[in-house]
Amino acid sequence: MTKSTLILASGLTRTFGSGDNVVKALHDVSLKVSAGELVAIMGTSGSGKSTLLAALGGLDAIDGGFVEIDGQMLANLKGYEAAALRRQSLGFVFQDLNLVASLTVRENIALPLELDGMAPRDVAALVTSALEEMSLSEIAHRYPDQVSGGQRQKAAVARSFIGNRKILLADEPTGALDSRSSEEVIRLIRSKIDQGLAGVLVTHDAKIAAWADRILIMRDGEIVEEIDSQSSNGAS
Amino acid sequence: MSIKNGLLAILSLGDCHGYQLKHELISRTGSVLDVNIGQIYSTLSRLERDGFVRQLPTASSKDGQQLFAITEAGRAEAQAWLLEPMVDERDVRNDLATKLALAVTLPSVDVARIVKTQRARDIQKLQGLTVDKRGVEPQNPAQVAAVLMNDRAIFNLEAELRWLDHIETILGETKARGLDTALDLQAYAAKRGRPTKSNDKKTGESND
Repeated sequence: MTKSTLILASGLTRTFGSGDNVVKALHDVSLKVSAGELVAIMGTSGSGKSTLLAALGGLDAIDGGFVEIDGQMLANLKGYEAAALRRQSLGFVFQDLNLVASLTVRENIALPLELDGMAPRDVAALVTSALEEMSLSEIAHRYPDQVSGGQRQKAAVARSFIGNRKILLADEPTGALDSRSSEEVIRLIRSKIDQGLAGVLVTHDAKIAAWADRILIMRDGEIVEEIDSQSSNGAS
Repeated sequence: MSIKNGLLAILSLGDCHGYQLKHELISRTGSVLDVNIGQIYSTLSRLERDGFVRQLPTASSKDGQQLFAITEAGRAEAQAWLLEPMVDERDVRNDLATKLALAVTLPSVDVARIVKTQRARDIQKLQGLTVDKRGVEPQNPAQVAAVLMNDRAIFNLEAELRWLDHIETILGETKARGLDTALDLQAYAAKRGRPTKSNDKKTGESND
C-alpha cells in the first residue's frame, strides 16, 4: 500500500522585520508527511519550528513557497474554504489555551463537530466513543479548571482528532506536563497516527520526539538535520 | 576515554615525550583523568607494537628524552576516534565528556561535527528504545522491570542530548566571539621521564 501524502510543503519562506532587522524565520523549508507518519521538529527557541507549524496549518502567512494539505493548495482557498479545511481536516494541539474554560470537557470535544453543523445525535455518539478511547469518560462533565493538566491535554488531543481529521499539528503538546502525563499524551497521539493520520509535532523534549518516525532539527529557519528511525537498527 | 586514544590525539599535534604526554592528557581533560607515567609508557609500547606510534632517535630530543611520533596509521586512528559517535554504554557519558574536552583543545578538529554525529546517534538510540516501549503496557506487573530499565536508558540519553545542545550553544558563542580554544603543546620539564636507552650513552646521562 502506498501511503498518501497529506502534508506537502515546498520552499517555505517567512521573514519578519525589515531593513537591518530582517529575521528569516523560515528559509526554503520543504517537508512531506504521509498518512501514518509522525514527524517531530526540534530546535532551539527562535529556530523557526513554531513558525513552520503555523505555516503548515495556514495560521500564519508565508512569503514564499506553498503548502498543500490533503491535495489542496492552501493559497488557492478562499477564507471560508481555508477555515472549513482547518476545521474538518486539521487538528491542532498547543501547549496551553486549548480548551474553552466555560465549556465542560465533553462540550469542548464536541465543539468542532457542532461548529460544522453535525446532527446532535451523531455528535453525541462520536464524542462518547472519543471520551472512552481516551479514558476521559469520568471527567466528561467537569470544567477544564476542575481536571488535572494531563487530563486537560488529553481532552485537547481528543478534540483535535474528533471527526474525520486526517492531520494533527501539535506545538509542544506535552510542554507543561510531568513525564508520566507526557507519555500518556504522546501514546495517544502515536496510536492515532498508527490508525492512519499524519502528524507534525514541535517539541524540545527528545523523549517525546523519539515517538516520531522522523526527527527534523531546525536552526535559523532551516532544517539542518533529519534523523530517520528506520536507519536506527544498526546504530548501537 | 581510553588513554590510547587520548595519547594519539595529542601526538597528532607533534612529537612528545612520556612525561609531557601525561601532563598534556591531564590538562586537556579538565584534570579528571588520573594517569601515572607507567600507564603512559605501557600504552605507548602497545601503540608502537600496533604501528600507531614510533620512537624517534634520542638525538632528536634537546634534553635527551625519548620522543614519540605518531604514524600515518596512528593519525587515522585518532581521527576516526574523534569523529565516530561513542556507542559503548558502560561509561559513555564520562567518556564522551573527556573526549570532547580534549577535542576542543585540538586545532583543526571539528567539534561541532563530533557533537552533531553524537546527537544523531543518541536520537536514533532513543528512537529505538521508544519503539520498544510501544508494545509495552506500563501498568503490567510482568513488564514493570523492563519498563524501568528502558526508561532509565531513555532519561540518560535525554540528559546527554540536552547537554550536547548546551555545549553546542556555548561553543558557538565562543566561536562567534572569535575565541580559539585550541592549545599548543607545552614544554614540560622532564623530571621523571623514562631514562633513555643504553645505546644513547653520551646524551642520556643527566636525566636521572
